Amino acid sequence: MKKFKIKKMRALNRSYGGDVGINVFLLIVGAFMALPFVYAICSALKPLDELWYFPPRFFVENPTLKNFTELFRLMSTSWVPFSRYIFNTVFISVVGTGGHVLVASLAAYALSKMKFPGRNFMFKAVEYSLMYNAVAAGIAIFIILSALGWIDTYLAIIIPTLAGSLGLFLMKQFMDSNVPDQILEAAHIDGAGEFRIWWQIAMPLVKPAWLTLIILMFQSLWQTGASIYIQSEELKTFSYAISQVLAGGIVRTGAASASTVIMMSVPILVFVLSQSNVIETMATSGMKD
Amino acid sequence: MAKEPVNAVKERADWTKRDWRRYEMKKNKVAYLFVAPYMILFTVFTVAPVVLSFLLSFTSFNMLEWPKMVWLDNYLRLFLADDIFLTSVKNTFLFAVITGPASYLLCLFFAWFINELTPKIRSFVTLIFYAPAIAGNVYLIWGILFSGDSYGYVNGWLLKMGLISEPILFFQNVNYIFPLIIMVALWTSLGTSFLTFIAGFQNVDRTYYEAGAVDGVKNRWQELWFVTLPLMKNQMLLSAVLAITGAFGFGAIIDAMVGFPSPDYCVHTMVHHLNDYGNLRMELGYASAIATLLFLMMIGSNFLVRNLLKRVGK
Repeated sequence: MKKFKIKKMRALNRSYGGDVGINVFLLIVGAFMALPFVYAICSALKPLDELWYFPPRFFVENPTLKNFTELFRLMSTSWVPFSRYIFNTVFISVVGTGGHVLVASLAAYALSKMKFPGRNFMFKAVEYSLMYNAVAAGIAIFIILSALGWIDTYLAIIIPTLAGSLGLFLMKQFMDSNVPDQILEAAHIDGAGEFRIWWQIAMPLVKPAWLTLIILMFQSLWQTGASIYIQSEELKTFSYAISQVLAGGIVRTGAASASTVIMMSVPILVFVLSQSNVIETMATSGMKD
Repeated sequence: MAKEPVNAVKERADWTKRDWRRYEMKKNKVAYLFVAPYMILFTVFTVAPVVLSFLLSFTSFNMLEWPKMVWLDNYLRLFLADDIFLTSVKNTFLFAVITGPASYLLCLFFAWFINELTPKIRSFVTLIFYAPAIAGNVYLIWGILFSGDSYGYVNGWLLKMGLISEPILFFQNVNYIFPLIIMVALWTSLGTSFLTFIAGFQNVDRTYYEAGAVDGVKNRWQELWFVTLPLMKNQMLLSAVLAITGAFGFGAIIDAMVGFPSPDYCVHTMVHHLNDYGNLRMELGYASAIATLLFLMMIGSNFLVRNLLKRVGK
């Protein structure tokens, strides 16, 4: 019997040429995207003499951790204890992120699951506010903050970020499709209060969404640098302090690279840990016309 | 025997719309409690700034004295007497028109390409492309790579290859700053929109592709246009909104890479102009007029793009 030659199944509508082309393209662009990261890590590991090779070499030959110790030495000589800057950044990031997730998901739950007059209007307002950038609002926020007397306090950084609209938007969309009304109804019949239903039933169901809010919020707060709302040195952040170390000039190139690596690794790590959840959330994030 | 309506219904038979509304509001008291914290913050820090900017744009205000009404003076001054402002408008538009659509298309196409990979590789490649958007000021490394002395890598390579005879001062030369900034901006631009697209692609049910193939879709491009994109309309709209908003709000990268003010104001944007008058010169009325125009531009282009997106897949 003649054997049938079975062609390996190809994905639908895909040509070999196209697949190869796309992969090569992704490889080239991927290398371009990764270039600064590779450079930062390489220079952070370079010993002093390698940093001053001429012509400069991209990759590191004898990796060392000296730059990191040098960075900590420089930090300990700063005017305000360096731990204070780190505390500020961590405090702002954690309180701001936690507060945003709580406030936004509480509101998102009501907007998604309770039918009350005004809810469409409120959600439309949030949706439209996505259309403009907070950068344009900076001056007005400054005026509002000074009217409240919050300039030069933690509140000035933390409170305005709690009002971000993207977080609420994503949370509400996710709750719409991932929290079944039947469960809530059952809980109602069992006599649970709204607050308890939100905390014990809805919130566990939307874990991907709050992880997404955490990463989006955390990364923007983590990067908080010099701000017009903060003047006292004691309230300034890690990112600001690092920019000061960098401003110390060219002799500090090694320490500067080390600090860049520290700064970037935190948000990247958070993303690596939460990636699949973030993607799941974004799947429901669409904006209806 | 016709059933008598229950008392409760009888009592409410003559309720007006307003009565019902009040009743609904009372019944849902707890809902208002839930939205209150967010909505108060949202009103104070997201809505009020727009209103405040608009109102202050008709005044002269310096934070110390009560605002003085000057009506349209700020706007007249902006358009008739402030050449730098006009440059900034031109630059802002140019940046937005280039980086907005470009970053949008990059997000879309890379998400599409990445979607063809196997899951493990896909998460890794996603990380590589997304990392620039979250890595803080890593973009400053481009400044080192393009540094003007012969230690700059790009200059080093160009010199070695004999293409140039002396190093180019990339960040001082007006001809190079603009394209370089665009490049760095695009490098950082695969952010939330990108993830939205990645999720959108993963979410499309396979059966649609099969149905599409039966109906005569012949290659991946047709599949994208006729099958995938129409299914992702909602994601496309959100990404578009984020891309536009980002493209207009762009300024921090320029400050960090080129310094402020830029040589010949060649990359001076409205955000710069706004901060210049708002933070440095304390002419808050004038700055508010700039902010108001910026708000209008962002919102206007959003509506424009919304209408364009309605045509996808037709």
